[in-house]
Amino acid sequence: MTTAPPPGSLLTAENLRKAYGPTLALDGADFSIHPGEVVAVMGPSGSGKSTLLHCLAGIVPPDSGTIMYDGQELSAMNDARRSALRRSEFGFVFQFGQLVPELTCVENVALPLRLNGRPRKEAERAALGWMERLEVDDLAKKRPGEVSGGQGQRVAVARSLVTDPRVLFADEPTGALDSLNGERVMELFTDAARSANAAVVLVTHEARVAAYSDREIVVRDGKSRDMERVV
Amino acid sequence: MSVAQWARDLAMGVRFALTGGREGWTRALLTAVGVGLGVALLLLTTAIPSALDARHEREADRTDITWMDSPAPPKGEDTLLVADLDTEYRGQEIRGRGMEPEGPGAPVPPGLDAVPAVGEMAVSPALRELLESDSGKLLRDRLPDRITGTIAEEGLVGSREFAFVRGAEGLAAHLGDYRVTRIDHFGASDSASEGLDPVLLLLVIVVFVVLLMPVAVFIATAVRFGGERRDRRLAALRLVGADGRMTRRIAAGEALAGSVLGLLFGTAFFLVGRQLAGQAVVYDVSVFPSYLDPSPLLALLVAVAVPTAAVLVTLFALRGVVIEPLGVVRTARPARRRLWWRLLLPLAGLAMLYPMIGQGREGGDFNQYLVVGGVVLLLIGVTALLPWIVERFVARLGAGPVAWQLAVRRIQVNSGTAARMVNGVAVAVAGAVALQMLFAGVDDDYTRDTGRDVSRAQMQVTLSDGMPASATAGFASTAGVEKVYAFSEGSVGDRRTDPESSEQVTVGDCAALREVVRLDSCADGDVFAVLDPSYESDIKALATPGRVLYFDPSYGDDEGARVAWTVPEGVKNARERVGLTANTTTGFLFTPAALDGEALAGLRTEVYLQLDRSVPDHQEQVRNTAAAVDPLADVMVWSATEQSEKFTAIRTGLFVGAACVLALIGASLLVTQLEQLRERRKLLSSLVAFGTRRRTLGLSVLWQTAVPIAVGLLLSAVVGLTLGTVLLKMTGTPVRVDWPSLLSMTGVGAAVVLVVTLLSLPPLLKLVRPEGLRTE
Amino acid sequence: MSIGHTLLGLLESGPRHGYDLKRTFDEKFGHDRPLHYGQVYSTMSRLLKNGLVEVDGIEAGGGPERKRYAITEAGVTDVARWLATPETPEPYLQSTLYTKVVLALLTHRDAADLLDGQRSEHLRHMRALTERKRDGDLADQLICDHALFHLEADLRWLELTAARLDKLRQVVAP
Repeated sequence: MTTAPPPGSLLTAENLRKAYGPTLALDGADFSIHPGEVVAVMGPSGSGKSTLLHCLAGIVPPDSGTIMYDGQELSAMNDARRSALRRSEFGFVFQFGQLVPELTCVENVALPLRLNGRPRKEAERAALGWMERLEVDDLAKKRPGEVSGGQGQRVAVARSLVTDPRVLFADEPTGALDSLNGERVMELFTDAARSANAAVVLVTHEARVAAYSDREIVVRDGKSRDMERVV
Repeated sequence: MSVAQWARDLAMGVRFALTGGREGWTRALLTAVGVGLGVALLLLTTAIPSALDARHEREADRTDITWMDSPAPPKGEDTLLVADLDTEYRGQEIRGRGMEPEGPGAPVPPGLDAVPAVGEMAVSPALRELLESDSGKLLRDRLPDRITGTIAEEGLVGSREFAFVRGAEGLAAHLGDYRVTRIDHFGASDSASEGLDPVLLLLVIVVFVVLLMPVAVFIATAVRFGGERRDRRLAALRLVGADGRMTRRIAAGEALAGSVLGLLFGTAFFLVGRQLAGQAVVYDVSVFPSYLDPSPLLALLVAVAVPTAAVLVTLFALRGVVIEPLGVVRTARPARRRLWWRLLLPLAGLAMLYPMIGQGREGGDFNQYLVVGGVVLLLIGVTALLPWIVERFVARLGAGPVAWQLAVRRIQVNSGTAARMVNGVAVAVAGAVALQMLFAGVDDDYTRDTGRDVSRAQMQVTLSDGMPASATAGFASTAGVEKVYAFSEGSVGDRRTDPESSEQVTVGDCAALREVVRLDSCADGDVFAVLDPSYESDIKALATPGRVLYFDPSYGDDEGARVAWTVPEGVKNARERVGLTANTTTGFLFTPAALDGEALAGLRTEVYLQLDRSVPDHQEQVRNTAAAVDPLADVMVWSATEQSEKFTAIRTGLFVGAACVLALIGASLLVTQLEQLRERRKLLSSLVAFGTRRRTLGLSVLWQTAVPIAVGLLLSAVVGLTLGTVLLKMTGTPVRVDWPSLLSMTGVGAAVVLVVTLLSLPPLLKLVRPEGLRTE
Repeated sequence: MSIGHTLLGLLESGPRHGYDLKRTFDEKFGHDRPLHYGQVYSTMSRLLKNGLVEVDGIEAGGGPERKRYAITEAGVTDVARWLATPETPEPYLQSTLYTKVVLALLTHRDAADLLDGQRSEHLRHMRALTERKRDGDLADQLICDHALFHLEADLRWLELTAARLDKLRQVVAP
């Protein structure tokens, strides 16, 4: 499928290929997302979902293919520029192990702002605002080891949103949570993202998590299928 | 608790340590290497006394020239004439002997089958290598004899010793010279081993303690490698039904396995190191591998103490940890560290040292046990105080930039780990600072100012008796020689034998004489006398024209040339000045034309050389000329000060030891650092994913070690200064802080940290590559 | 679902009129399909006949909708018995989807496409349910969750089948 990216797309990828050693993780994958849209990336484990997310987010450069973000070719940028982009325009939520255990929750949430050079006080005030929205402001002074999994994940969501990113990347954000906690996290997450008009790339293998998306694409054997365009 | 149960649990721990898959292996290997390095150093230290003994013995066995006033045996079938031909090549001392058998029964030196014939020589393997290499060309010119033999190990005190024995003839004529002697056997009859003076003994003891303490700390750190992973494994064991005591015993078993493996590694390292030590030369000292033989008792002590210590440290470390079936609980808020018992250790150390204050001088003996105990307690005090101080210190640190915040928070959460990481460096630096102070303090006593004026002459050549001053002409044309001042020196007396008054005699040209006395005018043929010397003398009476004096008079059995000389008219006055040596020249001074050859025969010729130091190998050129002119010539290079050789050796020992210890500690720091990074791999990768600069991560790693190190160095400076002060007081030396060495020692400590951080950066950058996110 | 037992259960809290019963039922359980009046009266007359309810009173004006029903002792027992009897799990052995997949394979059509299309359809349903859940009350959420879990189960089967299509092809269409 080499159709031109739909007009108005914020982030598009075409014909991505990526190999880790002998294993081909991506074999001609396509992707596109609009501002404010939530797209679920589904597929069996080992299908290349996470690799697609890593490529789209500029964490890993693809071996071939192009990624366009907001009119710029992401796949042609050097590591420093991609890092800067990740710091300022993207937000991330992973499955677990992403909060710095020594920092308090509010310091964790403020971290991306501080990486962008914002003063500590100001960054922590903004962080507290987001923690309130995610209903974890009472945990501000606690360390990640002292809060539950669901709470920790909400802290992580707050952190992903604190820079007002234009694209959010979530890799199995509820993978380590029970369904009740997971759903609450997904609700808060998608609500916050929609109200901020941020695009969300949501990698998951759970249909009930994918149900929070606007549409889904399926990755199988490194190839993507955009279900809307297929149907 | 039955013994069988104990054994079973320990065995289980051992099995875990050895069969834990790749992870387990890496961990066991790290521990073993760490412990092994420590053990190797321990064994080496225990072997040093015996190595020194062995060297001493060899040296005694080959002694020929004793410089002692022992009567030489009469010439016979079994005697050998030996000349001391020691020389130096590019700062490297070379032991040289000329030998001339006087009969078929003459003794043969150790390490040789026969004395080389004239024109031939035997050399040590190291010297042969040098002579055959390009860099040895100049030396080959000096020692042109055909090499016909090799000096075997029995004739050498070190594997890399430079030594030669050349065949000689006509040595009998030089028997009066202090460099030639007649012997009928090799070996000092009673090896006069001089006891170390108490201050030097104190230095040696303290050096050993100071070097071994960090090794102990290092071993304690090494057995904790991979502790967190171990704790998780123990938790899994609790889940399947092990109780708390069992897990502790299993942990002890793991530590035991690591340390026993470490002992094996250490023995291997030691054996390898011993072979390598045969190749190494430390400040002119080399040893044969066979010398490095640890005494069995000390080796046994190491073999028992290391595993025991490992087990104890492990159990001690597990004290604050509760291993539950579902995970490891560190006692959430660990009890605030208490200060009192930590302070008790250094105070007890001081108390042990206190009674010995002022005992150092005049034969006062130190109680060795109290010294060792006191120093050890003071230094252990550093390791006890450091965690407390680091905890208090970092608790006050505010947040700064992100890198700083990440580092400070991490130390705050786990200040114990941070303190442990730098303990070794702190102890090493504290000990080294104290020693440096002690050295600097006693420096004055053991460093003599020679008073030589090195701006006017830098080398001195003493020709053997009877060599005429004319022989020195060759020096003027030697490369690198700017000026040659040649003097023939001797004495003149008022009687042929046992004169009542005598005066110094110096013969030289006008230029040379002006270097040693002030002259108003000078022409060849003049005779001078220092008529108004700064001390009481009969010179005015002796210098009366017409009086007959005798050159080289005889004293007792020592027969001189006794050449008569009449004091001429017109002896000019000369005034004293600081000469080329620290001494002033007095007595009679002659220009060459003023004296005939007969009088000159009883004089000894000294040549002073002013050199152009920019000419490469100028010293070697001079030595070559000297050897060509007179094989028995004694060449000296001047320096402004001279150190007691023993003192230099101890200082050297300290530097080498400190270097080894710091390298060792650096290695352990690096291992710990890498392990911590590996455990945080996922977190670090996710930090990079959301855009953290690698520089930020690198800086936070740097701060993470730099902050505790700064605290540690501060503490070690304080403890080091205290210990140094006490030690100086013990030796009765005025206390003076040697700031440059204090700063340089702490600087070295800081440099170790910097190097470790730099070395851990490439693995860090490799770890945080986004691929790190993939491990799920 | 047994409408008779449900209405009986609603009566247990006190006598009610027929229209009252219908409204309460719709509110609590009816979400998609509201009850017809006729269904209520035919059910109530059956229950009357069986002695499980009795007429408690008739309001002035007459007409069937004015009757007030009350539960009898036998009715209470019946409700209790019904609640205590576990429901037989549905066998799910007659699956249209399975049939479609096998037919697609037999006729050499693209079964993977079929499955992808089905997943898309399932997800569309799930999105709607998720949306409704977000705005609804607890009752809504529980109802939707019930449906979501079933759909999720279907989806899992879809994934499993998709992963085993090659094997299935060998079995059904060698």
